[in-house]
Amino acid sequence: MNIFSLNSKSPTGTRTTRALGVVAILGMTLLGVLGIFLTGEDVVQGSTVRMMYMHVPTAWVAYLAFIVTAVASGAYMWGKQHSLTFDRVAGASAEVGVIFMAMSLVTGSLWGRLTWGTYWQWDPRLTTTVFLLVTYIGYLAVRGLGGTPQQRAKRSGVMALLAVLEIPLVHFSVVLWRSLHQKASVLRPNGDVTMDGLMLFTLMFGLVVFTITFAWMVLHRQRVLTLIDAFNASGIDAAVSERRKEGQVS
Amino acid sequence: MKHANFIIISYVLTFGTIIGYSLRMFSRARKLDDFVKDADKPWT
Repeated sequence: MNIFSLNSKSPTGTRTTRALGVVAILGMTLLGVLGIFLTGEDVVQGSTVRMMYMHVPTAWVAYLAFIVTAVASGAYMWGKQHSLTFDRVAGASAEVGVIFMAMSLVTGSLWGRLTWGTYWQWDPRLTTTVFLLVTYIGYLAVRGLGGTPQQRAKRSGVMALLAVLEIPLVHFSVVLWRSLHQKASVLRPNGDVTMDGLMLFTLMFGLVVFTITFAWMVLHRQRVLTLIDAFNASGIDAAVSERRKEGQVS
Repeated sequence: MKHANFIIISYVLTFGTIIGYSLRMFSRARKLDDFVKDADKPWT
């Protein structure tokens, strides 16, 4: 199968998305090889540290996605043009963020089973993360309530700007409350990094690759949302002209 | 490798979800593409 075929057949593909897509596929492949075969075991965590190369980047992308949603919503609300492109970027980013947040919870849960002996604990980090996920599922539900794209952009924009305030709560939950979840290994207040060598490189590489994948997914998804809006608008136009014709006949 | 099943599952789930979501997105785009004018696709 041609690796370009996924994108070349897509009506939402461009040269930029094709380039991002190829880099993402190659990067993910290399990350898989590094994470499973080439990196060593951790002194404390043993082989389960390999799961961190999926868990941490998915959590990072989810945070990033929700921040992008808030920034794009702000750009829609306070921009002079009130461009719906910003609203679609916000919607696309939130959807991708929900997917990545769910993946982060699942991979974290698998890791928890091996390290803590249980798939789930109502720990501050886990609980606030679920709360964040449910909030953004709610955000997506609000986007689907109907009305004009402008009404959708306004009401979901307000929600996005409020929902993003949960992210610091989730991130600092391990510091604010007594948590089972380990504290930061890289972004520590004193600047010390408690990982080294190939493990740190793999983790950083994973963050970069997942960020590129996120950009690729959001670009495509916001274009699909553009197609949906255009399709809905053409449906309304057709219905209105149909009604007008009926009125002229009677 | 110890706990290989859990490790492999976490990688397969992550990559599989990304691939599945992307394929669903492309399928949706292809279905809609015929009904939308090129003028409404600013990226083309």
